[in-house]
Amino acid sequence: MIYLDNAATSWPKPPEVIQAIASYLEVAGGNPGRSGHRLSLAAGRIVYDTREAVAMLFNAPDPLRVVFTMNATHALNIVLHGFLKPGDRVVTTSMEHNSVMRPLRARERDGVAVAVAQCEKDGTLPLERFAAALSGSARLAVVTHASNVTGTLLPIRALAELAHSAGALLLVDAAQTAGAVPVDMQAMDIDFLACSGHKGLLGPPGTGCLVLGPGVDTSQIKPLMQGGTGSRSEHEEQPEDLPDKFESGTPNGAGIAGLGAGVHWVLARGVEALRAHEMVMAGNLLEGLKNIPGVRIFGPMETTDRVATIAFTVEGRRVSEIGWRLDEEYGVLCRVGLHCAPAAHHTIGTFPEGAIRLAPGPFTNQADVKTALNAIQRIVTG
Amino acid sequence: MKFGVVLFHTTSSAIRAEKEATRSGLSCQMVPTPRQFSSDCGFALKFDWSDESQVKTLLASKQIGIAGLHRLE
Repeated sequence: MIYLDNAATSWPKPPEVIQAIASYLEVAGGNPGRSGHRLSLAAGRIVYDTREAVAMLFNAPDPLRVVFTMNATHALNIVLHGFLKPGDRVVTTSMEHNSVMRPLRARERDGVAVAVAQCEKDGTLPLERFAAALSGSARLAVVTHASNVTGTLLPIRALAELAHSAGALLLVDAAQTAGAVPVDMQAMDIDFLACSGHKGLLGPPGTGCLVLGPGVDTSQIKPLMQGGTGSRSEHEEQPEDLPDKFESGTPNGAGIAGLGAGVHWVLARGVEALRAHEMVMAGNLLEGLKNIPGVRIFGPMETTDRVATIAFTVEGRRVSEIGWRLDEEYGVLCRVGLHCAPAAHHTIGTFPEGAIRLAPGPFTNQADVKTALNAIQRIVTG
Repeated sequence: MKFGVVLFHTTSSAIRAEKEATRSGLSCQMVPTPRQFSSDCGFALKFDWSDESQVKTLLASKQIGIAGLHRLE
C-alpha cells in the first residue's frame, strides 16, 4: 500500500507518537490543571511541554499563547467568530479551504464584509490584488500558507506587511505547512497561526492549535466556548488568562501528548530536512506526471514555490474512476474531488469535477513515487 | 532554611515558571498551594528565600503572571 494522502492526514505516525499517547494514559492520566495531585501534575507537564515544543517550532515567544484545539478548523473559527465583529471588514484569497470560507460566509450574515483577492490559475496571488482588496479598511486578513489543492505557497511575509500597513492583523492557515515548511511567526510577522496537529506535525487526529502572536490583544477575542478551566474557579465569568480563556473543558491530553512527540520528531529532524525530502518526492512526481499523455497538472511546476501536494486531471477521464482504480488495483491511496475547497477549484478551473490529489509525506520514498507513477500511467494509457 | 512560595492563576503558568526556574539553575519545587494563601491553582512554586530577587527577576523577564509571592514561616 502506498499512502499519498498526507494533505488530509499524515500516515504512518512515528512510533514515538503512539508510545506517548499510550504512556499518557498509562502513567500520567490525571486531569491537567484541575487537581493538586501527582497524576494531574504529570499530565499538566506533558501538556505544557507540548506547548513549549510548538512555540519553539514556530519561533513564538510565549508558550502560554499556544492554544490547543481539536483541529485547524477549530483554531480558525476561534479567530473568525471571536475576533470579527459586525461592521468589520476581512480580506481573504480565492484559494481558501472551507474551514475559512464557511465561517466567513456565516459571518457575512452577521454584517461582516468579506473581500476575496483573486488568485491566478496556479494558485499564486499577485501582491497588488491583495493590496487592492485591503484598501479602505480591514480589521483582519486570513490567508492559507499553502493551498491544500495545488500546494501553492503564498508569500506570508509580504502579505503580512500589506495587511499591517492597512491596519489589519494577519491570520495564517498553516494546515498544509506546519512541520513541512519553516514557519517563523516573528520573522514572518504572523499575528494568528492556525494549524492541525495531525498532518505535518504527525500527531493524532483531534489535535490542532492556535498560536497567538505578541501583538494580539486577546481581550478583544470572545471564546467560542466558556466553561471550567481549573483556574479562578471562584468566578462564574470566563477568565482572561491564557491559554485558559480558549481552552474550556478537559483537554485531549492523550492527543496532545502524541502531538508533542510528533513535534519533537519534527524538531529533531529539522523542518528544512523534511522539506528537502518532500521536494525530491514532489519533483519526481511532477516530472513523471508531465510525461503521461493527457495529464494536466495544476499549481507551480517549480518545487520552490509549493509544498509536495500535487493536483492533476486527465483529459477525458473522470477523476473518481482514476482514484478508485488507484486504490482498488494498485493500492495507491490519494484523494479525488473538491478537497473541501470549492473556491480553490473555481480558481484553477476544475469546479465541479475536481482533481486527483497526490500528497507525499515524510515517510514516502522514491520507490513509492515510482510505483504510483507507473500505476497512473497504466490506468491512463490502458 | 527559609522558603518562599509563588502562587499562580493557572497551572500552565506554574509549570512554565518551574521550567524556567530550573533552566536558570534555581532550586525549586512544585508543592500543593498552602491553604493559608488563597489561590485557585492547585500548585505553588516553592523556592529558597535567599533566591527571592532572582525568582522575581525571572518571573518579570519571562512575563509570567503570578497571583502572589509569600514567605513561608
